[in-house]
Order: sequence, then structure tokens, then C-alpha cells
Amino acid sequence: MELRRDVFQAIADPTRRAIITLVALHAMTPSAIANHFDSSRQTISRHIKVLTECELLRQEQHGREIYYHFNPEKMREIATFIEPFRQMWEDRFNKLESLMKKYKPKK
Amino acid sequence: MKGKTKVQADAGKQDILITRTFELPIELLFRAYVEPELLEQWMGTKVIKLENRKHGGWEFKTSDENGTVLFQANGVIHDVVPNSKIIRTFEMTNAGFEPQLEFLDFEALTENTSRLTIQIVFRSVDARDNQLKLPFEYGINMAHNTLEEIAKKLL
Repeated sequence: MELRRDVFQAIADPTRRAIITLVALHAMTPSAIANHFDSSRQTISRHIKVLTECELLRQEQHGREIYYHFNPEKMREIATFIEPFRQMWEDRFNKLESLMKKYKPKK
Repeated sequence: MKGKTKVQADAGKQDILITRTFELPIELLFRAYVEPELLEQWMGTKVIKLENRKHGGWEFKTSDENGTVLFQANGVIHDVVPNSKIIRTFEMTNAGFEPQLEFLDFEALTENTSRLTIQIVFRSVDARDNQLKLPFEYGINMAHNTLEEIAKKLL
């Protein structure tokens, strides 16, 4: 079950978030991405690997070059993760509200 | 995001912010949190202990009709200021998760509306994300079970 990288883990890192922001603007080669950072090429390529493994980035071959594309579908999944948690609280709070609207304090 | 309840969980942070506006005077909203018989009704759990004071403790327990415990949680109460705030810890009993710290801020908006903001702080980003995913995974399991049921009938 741990084979696939966790999306949450992927976006927890500030450098990886910066990479996503860059690539979301337009598809880029690994070296073009690395040029935007002070970190070593190796470090950046490790980050790209994590992002690709959890499908936030997609690879596409153009001639000799590999371009990385942003995958908005996967990003939407993160919002979907939070939705059931939100719904759980929404249900509880709706109950609280209707309960207390009927509430008559005992003297 | 639809609905009155907002959940903010920024990437890479170890807290969750839950905000909700109620069509209730602040006194009634606060009361729903401190009176055990009210809390039992909207939380759908049994209140074993609820000491609304500094150095107090609390304990909730949900069982099915056979007495099997479905949910059990406990914590300590750090501070309670009527119609203003509750600071407490929360821990699911024997669930293997570490305790979390909760700040509940109650705010009057108008005479008949009020707002509750809950900030939940976790030990780590991972701990927060795991907690956040629980209802999601529960939902997935439910969907999976339903799918299995349907599949069985088709065979």
C-alpha cells in the first residue's frame, strides 16, 4: 500500500510546491526547472521524481527532451480528500443548530 | 466549497482550522458544548465525563446495542471561558493516534448569530494529514463494501 507516494507528503515540501507552481504555468524540461532553484540539480530531480510518482507531474517526450506537465486532476483530489472531513463537521454542526433552535432553557 | 462549514488545511502545516457560522445566539451555541445532555444529542455519543473547568477532564464513548465500543475519546480541559473559549486536548482512546490540542473560539456576530472557530494542532504534518484522511478512507471503505454487495448480487 505504501508503493504509491502520498500526495499530501508530496505537497508538504516548499520546494516541491514551488516546482508545481512553475510547471503549472507551462511544461518544462528538468534542467529548465532546476535553473530556477539554488539547490543542486540532483536535489531538484529527486523532488521531480516524488511529484511524478504521485502523479502531480506527468512526463512527455518531445524529441530528445522530456517535458514535465502539471496534472490538475491530481490536485483536485486533494480538495476531495478534505471534503468528507468537512462534511462530517457540517453534519454535526447542522444537528447542533437545529437542536439548539428548538431548545428551551429549563428554569 | 459548499456548505456553512469551512475547513482550512494548508499544505505543509500541522493544524486544521474549522469555521462555522450559526443562526444561534452565542449563549445557545456555547451551551451545546458544555451541557452533556445536549452534546450527546448532536455529537451522537455518550458523555461519560465533562468537567468544564481548568484542570478538568472529559470522556466520550459510543457503543452499539450489544455494548461493543465503536468510538471512545478523552482529553483534559485546559480552560473554559463562558461564551468565549474552550481549550482542551483530544485523544481517541486506544486508536494509536497521538493527542491533539484544540482551541475553540466562540464569537457573537449579532444578537442571533454566532461563529465558532476551532483550531486543531497536531504533533506533525503527517499526523494531521492522517486524521484528515480518516473520514475519506471510511467513505472509500463504505463505497467499496457497497460495491462488493452489488457485485455479489450480480454473480
